[in-house]
Amino acid sequence: MADKILKKLNIEVWRQNNAKSKGKFETYTIENISTGTSFLEMLDILNNDLIEKGIDPIAFDHDCREGICGTCSLYINGRPHGPDSAVTTCQLHMRKFKEGETITIEPWRAKAFPVIKDLVVNRSAFEQILQAGGFVSVNTGGVPDGNAILISHEDAEEAMDAASCIGCGACVAACKNSSAMLFVSAKVSHLAKLPQGRVEAKRRARNMVAKMDELGFGGCTNTQACEAECPKSISISNIARLNREYLAARFSE
Amino acid sequence: MSKFLYASIGRKFLMSVTGIFLLLFILVHLTLNLLLVFDDSGALYNQGAHFMVTNPAIKVMEPILALGFLIHILWSLFITWQNWRARPVRYKKQDLAAASSWASRNMLILGSLILVFLVIHLANFFWKIKVSGSPLLEEEIVAGSNMHNTYALVSTLFKESLPFCLLYILGACLLGLHITHGFWSAFQTIGFNNKNWLKRLKRVAWVYAIVVAAGFSVIPLYFIFKF
Amino acid sequence: MQNLDSKIPAGPLAEKWSRHKAAIRVVSPANKRKLEIIVVGTGLGGASAAASLAELGYNVKAFCYQDSPRRAHSIAAQGGINAAKNYQNDNDSIYRLFYDTVKGGDYRAREANVYRLAEVSPNIIDQCVAQGVPFAREYGGLLDNRSFGGVLVSRTFYARGQTGQQLLLGAYQALNRQIAKGNVKMYTRHEMLDVVIIDGKARGIIARDMITGQIKRFGAHAVVVATGGYGNVFFLSTNAMGSNGSAAWQCYKKGAMFANPCFVQIHPTCIPVHGDQQSKLTLMSESLRNDGRVWVPKKIEDAQKLREGKIGPNDIAEEDRDFYLERRYPSYGNLVPRDVASRAAKERCDAGYGVNSEGKAVYLDFKYAIDRLGRNVIEERYGNLFQMYEKITDQDPYKVPMQIYPAIHYTMGGIWVDYNLMTTVPGLYSIGEANFSDHGANRLGASALMQGLADGYFILPYTIGDYLAGEIMTPKTDINAPEFVEAEKNVTQRIEKLFHIKGAKTVDYYHKKLGNIMWNFVGMSRNEKGLKQAIAKIRELRDEFWKNVKVPGELNNLNPELEKAGRLADFFDIGELIALDALDRNESCGGHFREESVTEDGEALRNDEKYTYVSVWEHQGEGKEPVLHKEPLIYENIKLSQRSYK
Repeated sequence: MADKILKKLNIEVWRQNNAKSKGKFETYTIENISTGTSFLEMLDILNNDLIEKGIDPIAFDHDCREGICGTCSLYINGRPHGPDSAVTTCQLHMRKFKEGETITIEPWRAKAFPVIKDLVVNRSAFEQILQAGGFVSVNTGGVPDGNAILISHEDAEEAMDAASCIGCGACVAACKNSSAMLFVSAKVSHLAKLPQGRVEAKRRARNMVAKMDELGFGGCTNTQACEAECPKSISISNIARLNREYLAARFSE
Repeated sequence: MSKFLYASIGRKFLMSVTGIFLLLFILVHLTLNLLLVFDDSGALYNQGAHFMVTNPAIKVMEPILALGFLIHILWSLFITWQNWRARPVRYKKQDLAAASSWASRNMLILGSLILVFLVIHLANFFWKIKVSGSPLLEEEIVAGSNMHNTYALVSTLFKESLPFCLLYILGACLLGLHITHGFWSAFQTIGFNNKNWLKRLKRVAWVYAIVVAAGFSVIPLYFIFKF
Repeated sequence: MQNLDSKIPAGPLAEKWSRHKAAIRVVSPANKRKLEIIVVGTGLGGASAAASLAELGYNVKAFCYQDSPRRAHSIAAQGGINAAKNYQNDNDSIYRLFYDTVKGGDYRAREANVYRLAEVSPNIIDQCVAQGVPFAREYGGLLDNRSFGGVLVSRTFYARGQTGQQLLLGAYQALNRQIAKGNVKMYTRHEMLDVVIIDGKARGIIARDMITGQIKRFGAHAVVVATGGYGNVFFLSTNAMGSNGSAAWQCYKKGAMFANPCFVQIHPTCIPVHGDQQSKLTLMSESLRNDGRVWVPKKIEDAQKLREGKIGPNDIAEEDRDFYLERRYPSYGNLVPRDVASRAAKERCDAGYGVNSEGKAVYLDFKYAIDRLGRNVIEERYGNLFQMYEKITDQDPYKVPMQIYPAIHYTMGGIWVDYNLMTTVPGLYSIGEANFSDHGANRLGASALMQGLADGYFILPYTIGDYLAGEIMTPKTDINAPEFVEAEKNVTQRIEKLFHIKGAKTVDYYHKKLGNIMWNFVGMSRNEKGLKQAIAKIRELRDEFWKNVKVPGELNNLNPELEKAGRLADFFDIGELIALDALDRNESCGGHFREESVTEDGEALRNDEKYTYVSVWEHQGEGKEPVLHKEPLIYENIKLSQRSYK
């Protein structure tokens, strides 16, 4: 329970100066890290060490540091967001690691997520998928009262389960096929479960899947790794719903 | 339609549909084969085999079945290649076992091994029955009809060769493993799934896989121990 | 002096907004197509504004420093959003929401603005529902509500503990739709570094492409700044790591005045600081105080043993526990407002009763609620929060009381705006947390989301039209104008200057030091001597920073240290202004507590006679003292009274 001190850790990390340069692994050592320190704080400390030694600090994405913005993205010891379940990297703490361990940190690896620098990847493919249909086509104003359309408690809860996706990309990183199906299905399901989104559900599924394919993500082979590694534990039952919506859309053409 | 079959979900749809079709075929095949162990005279099995050869509906199904196999195999290669391309730079360290089952990640390997088995299996029986012929297949009369003595062909193989028996058991187990993932996955892909059904389908998948693996293994085992 | 006219419309309070809307000008659809608007920041305010303006037909350019608009820190808001729907039939009304907000803000907000906020609040809920925000529902299918601190009705709409996330995703979806249509051009990983003013009007911005390091110019007919608050001046806060005050600060330096900088909200229930390696503080929802009881040991020797780890909280007998909130505020107990709860915790810890190794934590105990309601009920209500707490602290709050301590959370102060949300620079607007307008000296829970969306969906799209109607003959802004060239040059020079210092200490080293000064002297409790000391220390540290900071990496590449250095450079200036403002306001109100202004029993004492005004600061140039202007606050509908929670 009480925090201990990890006297020495080896950090093996991917270094790549920019999108075009060739990267390689470097290993650094870091000393005296409290087990109560978060993983990203450990990287902050390492970076400050590196700066003082005149080495370019490691670039990594992070922002809210409370598990909700979806910015942090590290592939740690072979798992997205590291060796804990239902957390983002910023919620991972050093107590999950052992004295003297070598920790391997890699960026998300996918054709659709090219590396920008070190551990920072470009996830704009997710933006493009959502722009292809991940919305309800209503303008501001002129909408009915919030209680005008009843929504069952269960439907609202199920929509919320899917809507809790933070768009971090761990599903793609975890998938052996670099598939974005869990991400796409979460948005499709969230909106398909609500009457407001139901109206254009088929169109949405068709357009978002087409965009996903175009951007070079792999296909789903139902390994379920995405669900297991998702920091929000989003269920693959959403993928089944996406399949249903998509097939219905294609067969009605 | 061709666009649909190249789309990620379309590709999987084809795998799913052919998969379900093959699952049904396997059930029929197993039922028929189990006749081997219920009548050591072979008459029962020969009647079943004769029915399969002569029934017009089965005759129609035969090329469709072949096509099903072909699509399932070729499409799996295509899909795996497509999926492989989606990650041009691989990870250095991967802990996939933390998140997914071995079978689910290795369907191509399982499928390929099953394919090797299938070729041997076809050479053992199908080829001899349909093309090359075999002295063991000499016609005999059962219940008033002339038919090949398929029973002799099959039972001789199992009675005389322990390695083949073991190979067939191995094949059955590989197929079972393939089904543990393939069964529920097929339903997931066509959209027949939700949070509740996921658990049920997975349970049914295991039952189905065990029935197939055990059912096909029982036959060589029967011949090993009985004769 | 520049124009400090708040432009509050005449007429009775309840009719001001509708009369104003009827009176202001509107731009024709054909002309909207010719006009360009820049929106900086894509949180609730920025995303909703950018989407709504694009729907109207304007050409919008939107900017955020994150890799996606969805990552703005609005995403982290937990509890809910207020709206005067009166769905619960508990006699809620626009007036009641208005009154609660003004009172909660300790009577330092503008009546007309707050009333308008309450007036449009029901529309926000309708809009969000139509966008597919999955608000919690009753079994009958109607929207559910929960209650929040400081009010007597149930008016808070929520989506589990992720309301901010869901509302932001709603606005983000609307924004995405406009991006797909080509009406919004989205610039992610771009940081605004200056606002460009031509002939006295805001005409564009200078931004740095954070991937290539390129400094770019963007022109428009109006600029909207929706870049959130400046809480990270304190280094440790509940804000995101990237949250910064730089965009607002550039506006200030270019003539937009800054209002009430010292009004900073300190949230009482955050996970305490551990060690000196911490980078950020995590909020635990205010809702926990509904069922948790706050206490510290009665005996100082028990506290000593707790700090040394010799005993645990469960070893302390019932009669040796000091439930100090219940003791001091019998009628509100654990549910006193945020500022009061925060100060009380600090008071106990300063007196030596803090319970963690640093002596800076109090207990929030659920044992009593579990005994009363059963573990299941508590799990249902707070399960995800308890899980989050356990992940961070490795302690099980079902068995051991939570440790909590106050932390910087929100800034009520911000860029001064008039009723139209326009700053003192024509054509430059500010919305959401970035402006100062609606929360006075203290913000009520679940009101930040309401304000961001009210500004973006329902206020700015109307008021900006009034200004742009006068700009329809203005051609597209020429980004080669000398003002742009000059602004770009200044930005580049500043970046290069920072980069080439090549000193010995990292940016974080200085940020932590600044944070310490701010927290110790300009934090929860302030006094004249401390504030003067703080100002001197900040100036000294700033000088050292500009001589000795080390910015590694490259100028023309992704360089987080360079970004941080630029933001910190502005935080020094913002910190100084906070202290100056706090020094001027010798009264205690809301989040601002002056030790010189207390009642006999140590409670906050407001001074309405002297300080019923908005402090509006005007920049005078580098190294010069800013000038204070005062916008008097006139209360025509509400009678001012001292808050009491006894």
